[in-house]
Amino acid sequence: MSDSGRPGLGWWLLILPALLLLLAFYVAPIVQVLAVSVTEPEMGLGNYERIFTSGSVQRVILTTLRICLITTVFALLLGYGIAYAITLASPRMKGWWILAVLVPLWISVLVRAFAWVTLLRRQGLINNTLMESGLISEPLPLVWNEFGIIVGMVHYMVPFAVLPMLSSMREIDPRLLAAARGLGASRGDTFRRVFLPLSMPGVIAAGVLVFIFSLGFYITPAILGGGKTLMVAEWISLQILDLIRWGLGTMMATMLVLAILVTLAVFSRIVDLRRIFGSGA
Amino acid sequence: MSDGRGHALVLRGLSKHYGAFTAVDKVSLEVGQGEFLTLLGPSGSGKTTILMAVAGFVAPTAGSILLDGSDITPLPPEKRNFGMVFQGYALFPHMTVADNVAFPLRVRRLSRADRDVKVRAALDLVQLGQFADRLPKQLSGGQQQRVALARALVFDPALLLLDEPLSALDKKLRAELQEELKALHKRVGRTFINVTHDQEEALSMSDRIAILNHGKLIQHGAPGALYERPRTRFVADFLGKSNFLEGIARVPTARGFTLEAGVHDIAVRLTEGEAPPPEGKRSLLSLRPEKIGLLTDGATAENVVGGSIVAWSYLGAGYSLRISTDTLGELRVVLPAWQASFAPAEGLPVRLGWSADAAVLVEDDAP
Repeated sequence: MSDSGRPGLGWWLLILPALLLLLAFYVAPIVQVLAVSVTEPEMGLGNYERIFTSGSVQRVILTTLRICLITTVFALLLGYGIAYAITLASPRMKGWWILAVLVPLWISVLVRAFAWVTLLRRQGLINNTLMESGLISEPLPLVWNEFGIIVGMVHYMVPFAVLPMLSSMREIDPRLLAAARGLGASRGDTFRRVFLPLSMPGVIAAGVLVFIFSLGFYITPAILGGGKTLMVAEWISLQILDLIRWGLGTMMATMLVLAILVTLAVFSRIVDLRRIFGSGA
Repeated sequence: MSDGRGHALVLRGLSKHYGAFTAVDKVSLEVGQGEFLTLLGPSGSGKTTILMAVAGFVAPTAGSILLDGSDITPLPPEKRNFGMVFQGYALFPHMTVADNVAFPLRVRRLSRADRDVKVRAALDLVQLGQFADRLPKQLSGGQQQRVALARALVFDPALLLLDEPLSALDKKLRAELQEELKALHKRVGRTFINVTHDQEEALSMSDRIAILNHGKLIQHGAPGALYERPRTRFVADFLGKSNFLEGIARVPTARGFTLEAGVHDIAVRLTEGEAPPPEGKRSLLSLRPEKIGLLTDGATAENVVGGSIVAWSYLGAGYSLRISTDTLGELRVVLPAWQASFAPAEGLPVRLGWSADAAVLVEDDAP
């Protein structure tokens, strides 16, 4: 920082190489791809018109939004419980809890998706157990539909929900909780009136993170959806790789990028995004 | 405030162990109705643990806590109905001042109308009526402290517990709030239990002080009695400053005795009912610096010793002198500036004198 408190020219020069690299190899190709959406198959907004006219395009968008919202809600509920338990745990148990949250992150998303397939398929562990115990006579449709996708996605997203909420819960002064009890609040009241409101910034942060992450999800929906339930990412790949409809695929990619930017813009008014993504203190 | 009277609290053999560490060691203490009691001690003396046990946050290992005769030891904090002002105040940052004060009423399911009336009364009590809609972080430290007080008093608690309530404030504000807190105690007539390590705060606010060290209750009593008649070296040293004179007790009578400190004999008069130490017993005297006078030429006192000034400092209201005496080692003397008929200087020869009832016989509990 220069004396005036604004970054001086020297500092900008320092990050210039990185900036150029990013522009040349990241921003430029993306812009080029997105530009295809208004040039293929012909110049104009024809591809975008499809959003209002094509039932299949609308269905993909709605399915994606629905799955993402449901995933976010369940990931937040589960994640909140885990983050709360970690916050209250003894220092030694905390380490184990956090390890248990992080280990799934280190396992390939493919492995996890196929693990769910073996559990959920018609002759999978769950259906077999239920059939043998006589609770059901027909296997339940647990996979290759929206249910399967949501199970897999929630499983993948829970750690991403836990971490921002955990850091927000850690900032809550434990004396406030003691004060609430001392002033006559039951455990329930203490949670509802003090802990929950103070942890809300973390919940919002986790929600934004999980929702944005879910929007572009590809592998898990592709495997657990079995090609029957399409989400945006898989649909884009289908258009471009299989149907060679570049214009339509890139139009949807543009919409995806827009949706992410809009979500960020809306929530940046509510919470400090720099804190969510870990820059600054 | 509903009954307008305080409640009485009794600690009976209260102990708290953390593994092998004894935080509180068999403390028995009574707090009378409407009394302002201060638990005073250095850090690690167990004073905060006792307060937390009274509040219900710490389960005692042994002993019991009685409120107006009934045992409250097993009750959780929210069932005890005690107001508490935490160190650093612990105001809820997401609530306004009014909502903070209303919190204890809200969790007691009071109607909105009742709540509003009580919140307004409590805020007026601490002169913060016009700040009701502010957030805690928009208030100064002293104002936050008063919000914490209002919040702790608004629900007519049986006791008010204060955990180092003034420690976060600067010296001037602290003195101001000490007076305010004392006045507040008079106004609400409730039983206050205060924890502090600041002896000045304890002396100026309390009806009674309980001095703790290493988890043990060393002595308790009115501030004046404690200051004038400390029972042990620790009390004399922790509450104010003191000189200590060590020697052998000689010729004990009911009126007093002589302490043979090396070549110097010190005359000691006992208060009524106080027993003299047996002949030949090693004994310790506490002598407050302000009870020693500088003798002018020709004047005399029951105890006199010559010496010279080693160091001195000017305190505004008085002088603090360190004097190397001919026969009693170094003594600290504090005398009012207006009484000093001379300009202190290092090396200046002086004669010190004090009356036979100035020194107090204390037990030597130094480690």
